[in-house]
Amino acid sequence: MSVLIVDTKCANLASVGFAFDRLGITSMISDDPAQIMAADRVLIPGVGSAPYAMSKIKEAGLLDTLKSLQQPVLGICLGMQLLFETLDEGGQLVDGLGLVPGRVTALETGHLPSPHMGWNRLSNLMDDPLTADLTEGDHAYFVHSYAAPISDMTLATTTYQNPFTAMLRHGNVRGCQFHPERSAETGAAILKAFAVL
Amino acid sequence: MLARRIIPCLDVRDGRVVKGVQFRNHEDVGDIVELAARYRDEGADELVFYDITASTDDRQVSQDWISKVSRELDIPFCVAGGIDSVAVAGARLAAGADKVSVNSPALLRPDLINELQDAFGRQCIVVGIDTFEQDGAYRVKSHTGDPDKTRETGRMTLDWVQEVQSRGAGEIVLNCMNRDGVRKGYDIDQLKAVRAVCDVPLIASGGAGATAHFEAVFRQADVDGALAASVFHKQVIAIPDLKRDLAAAGLEMRI
Repeated sequence: MSVLIVDTKCANLASVGFAFDRLGITSMISDDPAQIMAADRVLIPGVGSAPYAMSKIKEAGLLDTLKSLQQPVLGICLGMQLLFETLDEGGQLVDGLGLVPGRVTALETGHLPSPHMGWNRLSNLMDDPLTADLTEGDHAYFVHSYAAPISDMTLATTTYQNPFTAMLRHGNVRGCQFHPERSAETGAAILKAFAVL
Repeated sequence: MLARRIIPCLDVRDGRVVKGVQFRNHEDVGDIVELAARYRDEGADELVFYDITASTDDRQVSQDWISKVSRELDIPFCVAGGIDSVAVAGARLAAGADKVSVNSPALLRPDLINELQDAFGRQCIVVGIDTFEQDGAYRVKSHTGDPDKTRETGRMTLDWVQEVQSRGAGEIVLNCMNRDGVRKGYDIDQLKAVRAVCDVPLIASGGAGATAHFEAVFRQADVDGALAASVFHKQVIAIPDLKRDLAAAGLEMRI
């Protein structure tokens, strides 16, 4: 039972590692392609902007490695958005990792403050090991301005002006738009379930 | 629906949590990590740590305690104090802080906000504003950690709010100095005026003394979060009771 956290050079790596420590789960942070390929489970964290994150992934020589992952993968926040084929950041189209089909776009917030920041509810939970210990309406901590639309990959939705994908699954690849490492019991349940998939 | 946030604020000086009244006469209220863990267990939605003497003493917050706090917490936290460059902010974020908050250094050099946004994205850039009301006008002060070093900035609060969000602030914490530590309620009028021009999350700070004050600031000023220190440190208000009462009053809370 161990998790490899990819060093995407743009993320809260320490926080994610500490979250696994609190659960008694071994994790390691790495940017080594061989280690990443060999890992049982791979977590892709990320904060900040998609163009910057993708350029860092390319610079680190990780693009082909991350595109070809076959083991269970979990993307967090920007790390989830990077799983997609395309990210539309303010009119600038960025190629993602293409592990899941579709496009990430700006979250339309209307008159509400943006970014979407704070604790919001998870709804429409679908069956999956990662949602097994969650309850409809559980709160998770979000901070983002972009989001993935709801699709047949969606495991949970959240609404901020409009509903969007809060959790998803496509084969071996899963994602959380929120930060499980900062989502108290809800997040701990998800990380624990990922570690024992 | 997005929950309103309850945010205990821990003023840190020399590695300990302290609390003053109207930014003066600080007394020791406890160990940083112990208090952080207590607030986490009580259901705080987020924590803010202000190293209140960092800017006035010209030094930066310690990465060591940030890392210890990050290890303990499963809720987000923000760190402030003397953050005056991308490198300094990056080290705090790498140590485990979720957001960094800038105040005096941004007033001295507003381009700092743009630089931080470019480097880390606006979601982790908070701008703290210390605002003082005099004769009905709201003005921004800087270097408020030490009363003898506090400066007038010549800036009007509403103008500065709009400037920082156009420069890339992802959240604004408005510290209403007249109300700090006096527990007579938030400055609703000023917060309403700021809310009207603020399109990023807005956090109220200064004046919390009773549950009714929290309800009033959420309902009347429509702020995203309410920050308080002394009422939590001195256990005048228990966070679980506060959140339950606010939820019972119809506000969306994380219980």
